[in-house]
Amino acid sequence: MAVAAISKYEFAPTDTQDKFHGAQLLYIGWEDHLLFCAPFAFPFPPTMRFGDVVAGPMQAAFGYHPDFAQIDWAKVEWFKSGKPVTLDFDKSLAENGLKHKDVIRFRTPGLAGIEGSCS
Amino acid sequence: MSTVFLALQTNEDTRPIIEAILQDNPSAVVDEQPAMVKINADGRLVVRRETIEELIGRDYDLQELQVNMITMSGNLDQTDDEITLFWKS
Amino acid sequence: MDMQVAKKKLGLKERYAVMTRGLDWTPSYQKMEDIYPYIAYEGIKIHDWDKWEDPFRLTMDAYWKYQAEKERKLYAIIDAFNQNNGHLNVTDARYVNTVKLFISGISPLEYVAHRGFAHAGRAFPGPGPRVACLMQSLDEIRHAQTQVHSISNYNKYYNGMHDFHHMHDRVWFLSVPKSFFDDAITAGPFEFMVSIGFSFEYVLTNLLFVPFVSGAAYNGDMGTMTFGFSAQSDEARHMTLGLEVIKFILEQDPANVPIVQRWIDKWTWRGYRVLTLVAMMMDYMLPKRTMSWKEAWEVYFEENGGALFKDLARYGITMPKCAEQIALEKDHLSHQAWSTFYNYAAAANFHTWMPDEDEMAWLSSKYPESFDKLYRPRYEFWREQAAKGNRFYNKTLPMLCQTCQIPMIFTEPGDATKICYREVDYKGDKYHFCSDHCKEIFEHEPEKYVQAWLPVHQIYQGNCFPEGTDPTVEGFDPLAAVLKYYNLEHGRDNLDFDISEDKKNFAEWRGQATKNI
Repeated sequence: MAVAAISKYEFAPTDTQDKFHGAQLLYIGWEDHLLFCAPFAFPFPPTMRFGDVVAGPMQAAFGYHPDFAQIDWAKVEWFKSGKPVTLDFDKSLAENGLKHKDVIRFRTPGLAGIEGSCS
Repeated sequence: MSTVFLALQTNEDTRPIIEAILQDNPSAVVDEQPAMVKINADGRLVVRRETIEELIGRDYDLQELQVNMITMSGNLDQTDDEITLFWKS
Repeated sequence: MDMQVAKKKLGLKERYAVMTRGLDWTPSYQKMEDIYPYIAYEGIKIHDWDKWEDPFRLTMDAYWKYQAEKERKLYAIIDAFNQNNGHLNVTDARYVNTVKLFISGISPLEYVAHRGFAHAGRAFPGPGPRVACLMQSLDEIRHAQTQVHSISNYNKYYNGMHDFHHMHDRVWFLSVPKSFFDDAITAGPFEFMVSIGFSFEYVLTNLLFVPFVSGAAYNGDMGTMTFGFSAQSDEARHMTLGLEVIKFILEQDPANVPIVQRWIDKWTWRGYRVLTLVAMMMDYMLPKRTMSWKEAWEVYFEENGGALFKDLARYGITMPKCAEQIALEKDHLSHQAWSTFYNYAAAANFHTWMPDEDEMAWLSSKYPESFDKLYRPRYEFWREQAAKGNRFYNKTLPMLCQTCQIPMIFTEPGDATKICYREVDYKGDKYHFCSDHCKEIFEHEPEKYVQAWLPVHQIYQGNCFPEGTDPTVEGFDPLAAVLKYYNLEHGRDNLDFDISEDKKNFAEWRGQATKNI
């Protein structure tokens, strides 16, 4: 459908990748840990190694939760747009097929938040 | 029928109006909340000018109610003599 | 009030006809479509504008008289409140945070509504709706002004309200109410009337004003109670206008029905999402509670809205389909919202806190299906951590919904343990949504919503720092720069209530008010 308008209605989208000074957006959510009220939004260079995302910004963002230190990263299940995906820690975001505004989630089997409440 | 309601501020202006409404609508139910009075009725509620005038002892213009009204529910019709709130089904 | 009633020469109906239709004329040397250029493009067909009538039959002369009376009453009370140090009579200083939310989130909307109704009124060829829109436009600016006047007294003593309008245009969570109204005023005049006049005023505004304002009264805030009820007295007329407009449009042409239904579906959902703020005000921010969000929703939407949509069924209008999802969210909405502001307390213009034991017990009793299972463990953990000096301040920016602009905090309908993710690919870019309803709204008008000013993305684009900021310098602190851009002072306007200047000052001043020191 199109916007009902009195004349041509065409405007540039606000959040295309060229606006982010070389970075691309990546959204990351941790399943069963709603102590963090929403998934996070990060700006990363596409060349950033995925392992560095986990060790750096993800540690800083999720590290407050006591479960975070318990994570066995070999067992973590990753999802991209809700579908299972394999992500290689040694490859870059781009090499892992992650594009601007992609959303990934991770599940940590055996860890289900504060007293198992999914918090 | 669905419930119609009228909510008025609790004050000296509305005390006789609420009394008049209850006289004219025997099935209406008063729900007193902090600083406001909500009057619920089944399907229909009438506010009559003459009843209010009898209680306050002076002429009354139903549009004065604008000053103290908080909210309402239902279709509305206002004439010189009555305000009616109603649902058609 | 003891008003003298002048003997009228005309009855109400005749006077209304003379003062509305009687003042209109048919143009002779300009074409109607040139004078009213915005009336056809939305697809709404109107055959006879004279069929519209204000059921209150209020005319401008009477309008001025009664509005003046309302103002006199209001300002007498505001004066008394201020002269009497009324701010020290509120239950406790936590209450003031609802006032901060109101002045920065709601009052600026009153002003935009003033502009919106002026614009809609100008667009309509019918004198009946034009006069009603004029009155509402004046009402709305009165609301904005009386709210600013009433709340300015709080601003003398408490933090976070000093630059509310600047904040409204910038602070991350305030983009939610702002973008809601921007969406409405950039629509055509008919959609504007359905969005604000009907869906917001008729279906949802009771949830804002009645329980909240009654709550203000219960918490000793005479100022807010008074401007709230004074505004609400206009609201009864606005609701009537909203309902009459809907009935009028539907009666004019059967082709209008599906267009109106889509607008009702859209705007009930959009308005409900904005009310997320009200849900948390009612359940968490009023120290003395009148009713829970869930109870208010049941009375004012399910019962009252149910009656309304039953009445509109004769036109072929049905209950908005989002009502089903809303029913599933009512056990969770306020808790998810409060958790969000507890997370991001460093970036807001008001304080948050953890409920105490009694308040937790109240929440358990009002939300037996959800509170103890899902939210109490989270709160107890946060409380323990805060006691150890490790209060949680989430410093990483959240992912937002493209349509409602709220962080993606909402859970799957029917499963409150899973965040609800929805996405759409449009012209080579991805867009994300909190719900099926926000996604559908986007899909219907993607050209509009791809322009959304999402605060998180704007921060990452570098557009939310004070002029002259260099984000590339060593040790750049983006949160500090963003707070400067918001004109918020870190450590004073934000963070936990427990360590706030508000809490300290209120205790001290209340002590002075009751003792001779």
